[in-house]
Amino acid sequence: MTHAISIESVSKRFGSLQALDSVSFTVAQGEFFALLGPNGAGKTTLISAMAGLSRPDSGHIRIMGHDTVTSARQARMTLGVVPQELVFDPFFSVREALVFQSGYFGIRHNDAWIDELLHKLGLTDKAGTNMRALSGGMKRRVMVAQALVHRPPVIVLDEPTAGVDVELRQSLWAFVQELNQAGHTIVLTTHYLEEAETLCSRIAMLKKGKLLALENKDKLLAHSATREISLKLAAALPASLQPLKVREADGRHILQLADIARLEDVLRELRLAAVEVRELSIHETDLEQVFVKMMHGGRV
Amino acid sequence: MHGFMTLFKKEILRFWKVAFQTVMAPVLTALLYQLIFSHVLSQHVEAYPGVSYTAFLIPGLVMMSMAQNAFANSSSSLIQSKITGNIVFLLLPPLTALEFFGAYLLAAIVRGLVVGAGVLAVTAWFGLPLPSHPLWILAFAALGCGVLGTLGIVAGIWADKFDQLAAFQNFIIMPLTFLSGVFYSINSLPPLWKTVSHLNPVFYMIDGFRYGFFGQGDVSPWLSLAVVGGSFAALASWSLYLIGSGYKLRQ
Repeated sequence: MTHAISIESVSKRFGSLQALDSVSFTVAQGEFFALLGPNGAGKTTLISAMAGLSRPDSGHIRIMGHDTVTSARQARMTLGVVPQELVFDPFFSVREALVFQSGYFGIRHNDAWIDELLHKLGLTDKAGTNMRALSGGMKRRVMVAQALVHRPPVIVLDEPTAGVDVELRQSLWAFVQELNQAGHTIVLTTHYLEEAETLCSRIAMLKKGKLLALENKDKLLAHSATREISLKLAAALPASLQPLKVREADGRHILQLADIARLEDVLRELRLAAVEVRELSIHETDLEQVFVKMMHGGRV
Repeated sequence: MHGFMTLFKKEILRFWKVAFQTVMAPVLTALLYQLIFSHVLSQHVEAYPGVSYTAFLIPGLVMMSMAQNAFANSSSSLIQSKITGNIVFLLLPPLTALEFFGAYLLAAIVRGLVVGAGVLAVTAWFGLPLPSHPLWILAFAALGCGVLGTLGIVAGIWADKFDQLAAFQNFIIMPLTFLSGVFYSINSLPPLWKTVSHLNPVFYMIDGFRYGFFGQGDVSPWLSLAVVGGSFAALASWSLYLIGSGYKLRQ
């Protein structure tokens, strides 16, 4: 099956800054994919190149098999992009903005779908309101609707929840998940790592224009390793377990395990030493820790 | 084609929603010029035999208003979209360079013609005779607005800031229009300045347009048509090239 997105050795330089350095990966149709990285990692540059807003110096990008340079029109028809910057046209109402956006894609009589988008995004009662009069969160919703007027199979959201209230974030994600379940491929960049962790199945990490990791989310978390367990014991920690101890907190011993399978060894040592376990909890690594570790040059 | 029609309609609505500023204001400005200049100069100058200065001034003012407003329409719309960032909504869809260019151009022509009709309506009663060649009038009105509308597209794409656009307007457009024979016949100028005026394409727009009203001008209307048509073709090709190449629009 054709890849939803195929990125082949894409490089882009702005003056002395290598914004993208031979980035390659593919996104399958129907995937929910996250693109992570700190500011300046090249996420937005990559999205701009996918959308035809910038042209790579070398390499190719295909959206649903259409090259973004040689088949730009088809590629753009299959892609919906929600840009990161909060932008709007102050001359028009929400509905006018959506009708115009449909028209630019060559679509007439799009009212039924526009009504549905307005409803899903909680904008129905704002349809006649001028864009200037909307709050930031509402403007963001309109931008999402504008990206979807042409029902693109591939949807890219560049930090869509930055600076947006919790309620909108949740309703937006519910809607995006619904789109994903309906078969749309979703790519998102976000600073809220828990969002990527909850929503996405695969994750690419960029740093200084290079692809640092590209993994299935669970695999990435599993690699990343060290898990910590917290133990509250009836007696002292046996000497054999002292090397694993990293710290003590609230009367609990915090041990670091290289692998969760090592938990059995710890329990066996405790049984042998006849130390009763009063409490035991396992701290799973979250994406944030993996992310911070990788961005500081740690190995996963 | 629907993409072009949509963008054209959006551009028309954009200026029409603020018509007080984009249509009424330039009409009032032109009326003030007409009142003041005709009052001061009517006793002194007769531009052409049998044509009073008051009547002579009207087509010049109409063409100057059309030209300035056609330029303002495309240039200000583009620079606003670029600075606020909403140009992205035009760059993401599959609009062709021709659709993009055509919509901005046509909207600029419409704004120019609406302003021109307004200026004509308030100044004609100062003594403008019935036009002797209405087709010339229409041809120069449309082409004149086309040239300046296209120049507005180029300036709007080129400028990164409002002050750059203002400089373009104040240091290029204003001198070209004011020194084009709006307020005088270039036959009244010393030979050097007459020659310089012949290098100004706006002079040919105004002279050809005036020929349509009075049946006489400083040069042949065919020469004017060739210069204005040639200017339009050159600017349109340049503008299409800039849009197609993504100059300052796509990185």
